[in-house]
Amino acid sequence: MSILPFAGRFDPARLFAFKGGVHPETRKFLSAECEIEDMPIPALIRVPLQQHIGVEAEAIVERGDTVLKGQLIGKARGPVSANIHAPTSGQVIAVGHFTAPHPSGLPVPTITIRPDGRDEWGPRLPRLHPESAAPEQIAAQVAEAGIVGMGGATFPASVKLNLRAKYDLHTLVINAAECEPYLTCDDRLMRERAEEIADGAGIMARALGVKDIIVAIEANKPQAIQAMQRHKIALGYKMRIKTVPTQYPMGSEKHLVKTLTGRETPARALTAELGIVVHNAATAHAVHLAVRYGEPSISRVVTVSGRGVARPANVRALIGTPVADLIAHCGGLVEEPDRLLMGGPMMGQPIRNPRVPIVKGSGGILALTAEETREKDVMPCIRCGLCVQVCPMGLTPFELNTRVEAGDLDGAAKVGLLDCINCGCCSFTCPSNRPLVQTIQYAKGKLAERDSRKHQQDQAKRLAEARTARLEAIAEAKRAAMAKRKAEMAAKKKREAEAAQVVAEAVEATSRKEAAK
Amino acid sequence: MTAIPTLVSGPHTHSRFNVSRTMMAVMMCLSPATGFGLLHFGWPAVFLFLVTIAAALVFEVLCLALAGKPILRFATDGSAVLTGWIVALTLPPWAPWWVGVTGAGIAIVIGKHVFGGLGQNLFNPAMVARAMLLVALPVQMTTWVTPIIGGPVGTDFRQALAITFGGETGIDAVSSASTLSHVKSQLDAGQPMQAILADMGSLHDQFFGFVPGSLGEISAFLLLLGGVGLILLRVITVVIPLSVLGSVAVLSGAAWLIAPDQFPPPQFHLVSGSLMFCAFFIATDYVTSPVTGLGKMIYGIGIGSLIFVIRSWGAFPEGVAFAVLLMNACTPLIDDYVRPRIFGRTRAGKPIELRETP
Repeated sequence: MSILPFAGRFDPARLFAFKGGVHPETRKFLSAECEIEDMPIPALIRVPLQQHIGVEAEAIVERGDTVLKGQLIGKARGPVSANIHAPTSGQVIAVGHFTAPHPSGLPVPTITIRPDGRDEWGPRLPRLHPESAAPEQIAAQVAEAGIVGMGGATFPASVKLNLRAKYDLHTLVINAAECEPYLTCDDRLMRERAEEIADGAGIMARALGVKDIIVAIEANKPQAIQAMQRHKIALGYKMRIKTVPTQYPMGSEKHLVKTLTGRETPARALTAELGIVVHNAATAHAVHLAVRYGEPSISRVVTVSGRGVARPANVRALIGTPVADLIAHCGGLVEEPDRLLMGGPMMGQPIRNPRVPIVKGSGGILALTAEETREKDVMPCIRCGLCVQVCPMGLTPFELNTRVEAGDLDGAAKVGLLDCINCGCCSFTCPSNRPLVQTIQYAKGKLAERDSRKHQQDQAKRLAEARTARLEAIAEAKRAAMAKRKAEMAAKKKREAEAAQVVAEAVEATSRKEAAK
Repeated sequence: MTAIPTLVSGPHTHSRFNVSRTMMAVMMCLSPATGFGLLHFGWPAVFLFLVTIAAALVFEVLCLALAGKPILRFATDGSAVLTGWIVALTLPPWAPWWVGVTGAGIAIVIGKHVFGGLGQNLFNPAMVARAMLLVALPVQMTTWVTPIIGGPVGTDFRQALAITFGGETGIDAVSSASTLSHVKSQLDAGQPMQAILADMGSLHDQFFGFVPGSLGEISAFLLLLGGVGLILLRVITVVIPLSVLGSVAVLSGAAWLIAPDQFPPPQFHLVSGSLMFCAFFIATDYVTSPVTGLGKMIYGIGIGSLIFVIRSWGAFPEGVAFAVLLMNACTPLIDDYVRPRIFGRTRAGKPIELRETP
C-alpha cells in the first residue's frame, strides 16, 4: 500500500459534499456483479421479537402452533414497535429466548420455527390501490406489514410516514447511497428491481403528502443510477435521480440532506424540520410489496462478503435465517475470519455466535480476514488532527478521547460528546490506531447510565419525601383529631359541672327557702 | 465454525496510515535539502549528522527504558530519528560531535520525554534544543563555513574526523557569518541597507543554497520542494506554511516600503532557508501545533510575525526557534478557543435556528 491513502480525493467524482468524511476502500467489487439469488429455506428459523428500535413485539403464537407464511406471530406494542410475521410455513417449536444478533450476545425473546418446506402462504394483507388510498391507509398497511428502516436503523417505517401530521413536508429522499464498504444489497436491488423501488417510493410519497422525490445514489454505482433513471416516473411523480459523491458517511440522513439541499438539520432535530423525510431504498421495495401484494416484511437482500467467504453473493434470505446457514450457502469460509460482522465494516456489529439469525436491518454478513481488519497496536496520539479533519459532525475526537480517558465526562459532553453519530471516521483514519469512536461510545453509555441512575435516585428521593410528608400529614391529622376530642371532652365536663352547679344551687335555694319557712 | 472472541465495535477497518509512515514521509521530503547540505559541507557534516541521529536514538531508548515503555515498538516508530535529523539540520555543519549529542539529548530528554513522550510535549523538541544550544554555546552555534562543493579545505576524510571528533575548531579561512547575522552586524555598524545588500551574494545564490548556514537550512529551494512534497502526500496542509511565509512577506514588505534603508526587502527573508525549513517542517509539527484550520492560521501568522520581529529588532540574528517556541506555548489556548463548528449547531453551540422554508 502506498503512503497515499487519500490520493483518491483528487478524483473529480469524489468531490466533497459535506465537511469531513473518509474514503475507505469500498471492496464492493467482491459482490457487486453477483445477481440476487434466493436462498433455500433453512432447516430452522429464529425470529427475534425485537428487530426494530422501540418496544419489542408480543408473541401471539405458542409452542406447537402451526404457522403459515406471512402469518402475524408477534404483535407490535405501543406507538414505536413493529409487527413480526412468520417468514415461511411450519411449526413453532419454541417461544423463548435466543442470543441476539448483537455484540452483547444477550438473549432476546425469539420465536423458533421449524419450516415444513411447503412455504405455504396464509391469508395476505388486503391489497391497496395507492392511487386512491388515503395516506392514513397506506401508513396503516406499512405498519401492519411490520416494515422498519432497512438501511440498518430499523426505525418503524410507518411512524416516519405519519410525520406529515406534525411537520410541513415537501420532499421524500430515497437513501440509496449505500456508503458502507462491501455492501451491495441496495445496489443490486436497484439494478434488478428499479421499477418496484420507484413504485414503493411513489407510494411513500403519497402517504407523506409530499411533492418531490429525490433518489440519492453514490457515484460508484453507475448501473444502479441508470436503472433508476429508466424508472423515474411512478404514481405521477417524476423522481429526481441524484448522483452524490462517494464519501463515507454519505448514508447518514442529515449529511445526505445537506449534500442534496445544502441545508443543515439543527442538532437534536429530525430532517422533517426541513420538510424532508428520508427512507432507504430497500424499505421502498418492502413498501411496494406490502401495498401492492399484501406481503409483510419477511425477507431481505443480504450481502455476504469479505475475503473470508468462499463465494461472495447477494442473497434474498428469510428473516430469521441463521448467519451460519447464509455463509454455508455462499460456499462456507475459506479461512477463519478475524471478524465476523453483521452490517458494514464501518458501523457493523461483531457477532460471536454464528447461529444468530439475520434480522430486518441486516444488510450484510461479512467475514473479514486479518488483512482486511485493523492493526491491533495502539500508539499515543500525536495530535495530527486527522480525526478533526474527517469528523462529519465537526467534533474534536482526540480531545473527547483525552477527556474521557481522564474521567471528565461532563467536560466531554460540553464539547460535543453527545453530537457524535458513531460513524467511526475518526478511528478509521487515526494513524496511531486509537479507538476514538469506541471510547466516545463508551462515554455516551456511561453518561446515559449515570443520568438514569441519577434519575432513579431523584425518583427514589421524591418518593421518600412524599412518603414522609404523607406520614406526617396522617400523624398531624391524628394529633388534630385527638386534640379535638380532648377539647370536646373538656367542654362536656365543663358543661356537666356547670349543670351540676346549677342543680346544686337550685337544691340549696330550695332547702334555704324551706328552712326559712 | 468457532465463535469469534471479539467484542470490539466498529469501525473494523482502517486507513492503514500510521505514525511510522508519517515519519517516513517527512524524512523522505527532508532528504533533498539534507543531501545537498551534506554534499556541500563534506565529511564533517556527514559525521555530525550521523552522530546526532545515533545519539537521539540512544537517548530515546534510555528514556523508554526508564519510563518502562515498550522499547522496540516506540523506538522504531521513526519519531526519534526524525527529531535527531531535524536537530542536526539546524546545527552549524562543522560543529564538534558533542554539540550534536548535547542537542539530541536536550531534544529527546528535555524536549520530549520529560513531558511524557511521543505526543505529550508542549514544545517542539528540536527547537528546544536549538534555543538552548544557541543560548548556552553562542560561539559553536554561530561558526559557519562557506559551502565548498568538492572544495579543497576540510573535506579530506582525516581532516574531517579531526574537525568533528578531534576538537579542531574548523579552519579560519572558510568561516564566515551567515547572511542574517552579516546583515545584522552591518546594520549595527551603521551601514545603510542598500550597501549591505549590494555587498552580499545574489538572491539566487541564497535561494538555491550557495551561502553559509546551518547544515540543512541553506537551500530554501530544496526545502520548498520537500515542503510541497509533504503537502502532496497529505502529511501536512497548506495552512501553516502559507500563513508563516505570508505574514513574514507582508510584514517585511510593509517595513521595507516604509524604511528601505533600515529593513531588507521581503524577498531577502523569503529566500532564507531557515524560514522555509520552519514553515514546512518545524511549525507543522503535529504535536505542538493547533489542529483546526483557523487555529493553524493564527498559529502560523503568530510565528511569521515573531520571526520578523526577532530578526528585525531582537538580539539574535535568527528568530525561528524562539518564534516557534512562543507559539507552541499558545497552542493549547488556541485549540481551546478555536473549535470547529458542530454540525447542526451555531459556533456558540446552540442548535441552529431554521430559516423559513423557502
